[in-house]
Amino acid sequence: MSPDLEIPILTTTVDKMVQWARRSSIWPVTFGLACCAIEMMSLGASRYDLARFGAEVFRASPRQADLMIVAGRVSRKMAPALRRIYDQMPEPKWVISMGACASCGGVFDNYAIVQGVDQVVPVDVFVPGCPPRPEALLYGIISLQRKIDKQRAFGYPLA
Amino acid sequence: MDALTIVTALETLAPGARVAAVPSIDQPVILVAAADLVPVCTALRDDPGLRFTALVDVVGVDYLPRSPRFDLNYSLVATTGRPAPARLRVKVQVDGDAPHVHSVTGIWPSAGFLEREVWDLLGVVFDGHPDLRRLLTPDDWEGHPLRKDYPVQVNIPVKLHAPLQVTAEQFRAHIEKDRRVRGDQA
Repeated sequence: MSPDLEIPILTTTVDKMVQWARRSSIWPVTFGLACCAIEMMSLGASRYDLARFGAEVFRASPRQADLMIVAGRVSRKMAPALRRIYDQMPEPKWVISMGACASCGGVFDNYAIVQGVDQVVPVDVFVPGCPPRPEALLYGIISLQRKIDKQRAFGYPLA
Repeated sequence: MDALTIVTALETLAPGARVAAVPSIDQPVILVAAADLVPVCTALRDDPGLRFTALVDVVGVDYLPRSPRFDLNYSLVATTGRPAPARLRVKVQVDGDAPHVHSVTGIWPSAGFLEREVWDLLGVVFDGHPDLRRLLTPDDWEGHPLRKDYPVQVNIPVKLHAPLQVTAEQFRAHIEKDRRVRGDQA
């Protein structure tokens, strides 16, 4: 605060404050399914360090998480479990579809793999790659943060 | 320990069983008739000279235009009482759309999941299996995906909500049992 200012007050909108708080502390739920999970782990490890961007800890319980990073191929058998975990997350929640398999079925166009996790949950950000590099997933998370900044804090229609 | 030795030993251990040595490159392989599978496997596990105590894998293969259509390969390992582990593959050939083979879970309990996988993906029925359910595909899946006449791409809408695997009474019974085991006061 400059000493010239009479009254040290900043003004902003509630939307901006709330959304800034929400996007700066996105805690993901552990949902690594397959190979993409390895890159997600390395993003959380020390070299790329997701905690710098607010994802301080991956919560094991969906009830304590805001973000679901679907990392890996989703099989038909897994789809109801994935939907259940998504339903157990409280609002506001977001979903990142990480990798080719979660985005569109990837190389597996067969009876067992769901052709894109957006058939199961609504997705906010798709991160392509097989697997995407940790920096690519980080870019996806930053894009999600920008998306959250643009959203309204209250009164938006629930998914 | 090669295939011919094992076939000769089995002639005395499991008399009447139809066993033949199969030429192979990597490990001894014997071909056993499906009806004689259980006595042969019991002899392979129990005889002190053989002692194939570990069933490592049951691999099913579909050779569709060929008759017999299905091939089951049991991979056995013997570790005790010898300098290096001995391996043996037991082949069983079965035919038909719903072939029946007797289960070997009574001999090697590890066959439980392995035979469930073969049932799920190829449709070979294992008689005497304690719990023959699907393993890898969803519980209500129809068809056996690894058969040669099964399509690769399947256009069924994804199931979002699977029903609970236990009924409400069973769930309550589980909770009560846990409470009793822990010694909780009700």
